[in-house]
Amino acid sequence: MKDKFIEKQAQKLTDGVIDRRKFMMSVLATGLTVPAALGLANKAEAAAPNRGGTFRYGCGHGSTTDTLDSGTSENHFTLVNTYNISNHLTHIDSDGQLKGDLAESYESSDAQTWRFNLHKGVEFHNGKTLTADDVLASYEHHGGDASKSAAKGLLSAVKSVKSDGPNTVVFELETPNADFPYIVSDYHISIRPEGDMTSGVGTGPYVIDDWEPGVHSKLNRNANYFKSDRAHFDRVEMTSIMDTTARQNAVMNGDVDCADKVDLKTVALLARSPNLEIDETTGTGHYTFPMRLDVAPFDNYDLRMALKLAVNRQELVDKILLGRGAVGNDHPISATQAYHASGLEQREYDPDQAAFHYKKSGHSGSIQLSAADAAFAGAVDAAQLMAASAAKAGISIEVIREPNDGYWSNVWNKKGWSACYWGGRPTPDWMFSAAYTEDTEWNDTAWKTTDAAVKFNKLVVEGRAELNEVRRGEIYAECQSLIRDDGGCLLPMFYNNVWARSKKVAHSGELAANWNTDGAKLCERWWFA
Amino acid sequence: MHPVLSTVLQRLGLGLATLLAVSIIIFISIELLPGDFGQIVLGQAATKETVAAFRLELGLDKPSYLRYFDWVVGVVQGDLGQSFSGRAASGQDRSREVAELIGPRLKNTLFLAGITALISVPLALLLGISTALYRNSIYDRSINATTLTTISFPEFFVAYILILFLSSLNQWLPSLANVDAATPLDERLLRVALPVLTLTLVIIAHMMRMTRAAIINLLASPYIQMAQLSGASRTEVIIKHALPNAWAPIATVIAFNLAYLVVGVVVVEVVFVYPGIGQLMVDAVTTRDIPVVQGCALIFAVTYILLNLIADIIGIITNPRLLHPK
Repeated sequence: MKDKFIEKQAQKLTDGVIDRRKFMMSVLATGLTVPAALGLANKAEAAAPNRGGTFRYGCGHGSTTDTLDSGTSENHFTLVNTYNISNHLTHIDSDGQLKGDLAESYESSDAQTWRFNLHKGVEFHNGKTLTADDVLASYEHHGGDASKSAAKGLLSAVKSVKSDGPNTVVFELETPNADFPYIVSDYHISIRPEGDMTSGVGTGPYVIDDWEPGVHSKLNRNANYFKSDRAHFDRVEMTSIMDTTARQNAVMNGDVDCADKVDLKTVALLARSPNLEIDETTGTGHYTFPMRLDVAPFDNYDLRMALKLAVNRQELVDKILLGRGAVGNDHPISATQAYHASGLEQREYDPDQAAFHYKKSGHSGSIQLSAADAAFAGAVDAAQLMAASAAKAGISIEVIREPNDGYWSNVWNKKGWSACYWGGRPTPDWMFSAAYTEDTEWNDTAWKTTDAAVKFNKLVVEGRAELNEVRRGEIYAECQSLIRDDGGCLLPMFYNNVWARSKKVAHSGELAANWNTDGAKLCERWWFA
Repeated sequence: MHPVLSTVLQRLGLGLATLLAVSIIIFISIELLPGDFGQIVLGQAATKETVAAFRLELGLDKPSYLRYFDWVVGVVQGDLGQSFSGRAASGQDRSREVAELIGPRLKNTLFLAGITALISVPLALLLGISTALYRNSIYDRSINATTLTTISFPEFFVAYILILFLSSLNQWLPSLANVDAATPLDERLLRVALPVLTLTLVIIAHMMRMTRAAIINLLASPYIQMAQLSGASRTEVIIKHALPNAWAPIATVIAFNLAYLVVGVVVVEVVFVYPGIGQLMVDAVTTRDIPVVQGCALIFAVTYILLNLIADIIGIITNPRLLHPK
């Protein structure tokens, strides 16, 4: 009884409901000694995120083409801003787990009909109370026939969205999808009030005060935010700082409290600054060199295998990512993700085996690899390194430096072998459907007709409907194995997200890895120490 | 008609003709850029159909001479058009007026240019006159050496050196000049201190050396010798007799540098994250937001033409021979 009371008082102190003096008085009354009580108070206060302050964030993205419509969000600035002003049905928390956001709970018995129960009494910035109708309108905006939202394709499997009372939304899917609660966490599909999808009014932790696309976004705390343990800053000022040196100077000089996308070449120097902390997460983002099976000679299994074996992955991680990343195993599921096939053997650089497969393929002459730094910073260098390591296996790779302008229209998904990056997706099904299944336009390996590909496509559909976790794990492990061995995906590395944070700013220590800067929810989750 | 007035009108007419020529050049150069707005905006997600839909929506499918004609007619009516951005994949047209986009940026640029001019022009004149006065002295040489040094370095280098000493090692001045419309004047001045200092260091040598050269050039003229013989002091000779005749070349150089402050400071804007018009234009070029690029280029052209016009007028007013032609 006594312990319970002390615990409750400590929680109150942590939450700021009572002050230190009141806490001391109440716990001393239980017969605790002063030093013990002081110790408890310190502990409770240390864990307490402090309220207040203006958090200034220097973002390495932002463009005058940005809007407040989350359906067109495409860079990190708009992503963070979307999370500042609005919420989604679900979200991925700092611990990497999927949790309800505006949805209090969600359930399905057959993975085809999904019920989402909304938190009651959530208010939009304009004072309107959130109801199921707002969710319906938001989903119409993103998934309706007339929608031009980037999430439209994602929602194509939604047959109908209906409300069941003011606080419940029911989704009916075309085919079962056990990952549907992940889909609704997609940052594009934010919930906005009915009739106003684009002005920036949401339920989010901060309210837009001043918005200048490509320059800044200034927001004040939403006093009625429905999460009591979130949104600790009084004000957030996001500034778009495209120049890396300027961004790093700004965080070093204390002009901003956090700067993302730091230059890997100088991050060691940055870490020496007494005021800064470097945060790093290994996410789902990865760099690939997709080989198209519909272009010769990449239709040949042995040639693909030869090239996969002729890449020195560790060298690429060391020299292109400067060690800030992890080697890839030619499939897109990162080791930090659920369903990662840990049983698959890591593919190593093996010139002998590469030469063996190359000889078996019967190919002769040099193989063209198109690269540009538009694909990712260092793509051309990475291609050169690959050419050098392949040369040792007797394979000649000719690196073609493509122009950055028009790279995504003219080179990627067109030329036989090119460089590419993927931000990754939170679930295997989502990742596969984005880039590897036969029906996606972004299938940049054109891996559709081989026996393994046919099997893979069948497995993905099966896995989507499977509610048994163990069976799903088996299916996804096999999918990864099929891509790794037969697919045209040469995936040498996963990159880390690295950013610099002022020591004045604190976080829980757990950082979400789904996006840069704590899942792009830094403004909601962090506080001034 | 008054000769000054007729010259101004004549120059304005010529300026309009220049603008027309410039507009054609701008339009053709943008046509030559590879890729279009749809491809750039959609990036990885660009498909033939979506790009075609964009072209149709933005009117890019029309022949270029028609688009040029539409644009010029709009500009003549004071309409710079709608930005392409905001129409992207949004379903509804939320694009902004080019004028509305450029307006606040242009104000920022003019503010930065204005403050820099307020400091650097008097300083350059003062240094120019005083070095002419004490020419070949240690003072003259050291001023020349210093200003020539600062003009020789690229501006981003000067900027980074200033940041290193004035805001990294000693945190005296902010390295971010991210002002907005609501920033009060005193904070705004503090924030632009480093960019202003950078730009001053970059442009001062040109103006100062032209002032010095123009005055020294005149000191050899017979009428100056006459003034000296009549017993005028050195200062009097320079301020009263030499300087009035030196205004024309000085004004031309000042106009040139002021124009540079408006149109050429994108590097400084990027380094200090100053939301000026240069950054907007570079952004617009990279996203192929053609109406914005055209608007910015046109404003730059107008700036050059107007400032040169003013320099010419100053030249005429200060030269009695031009002011009262026979």
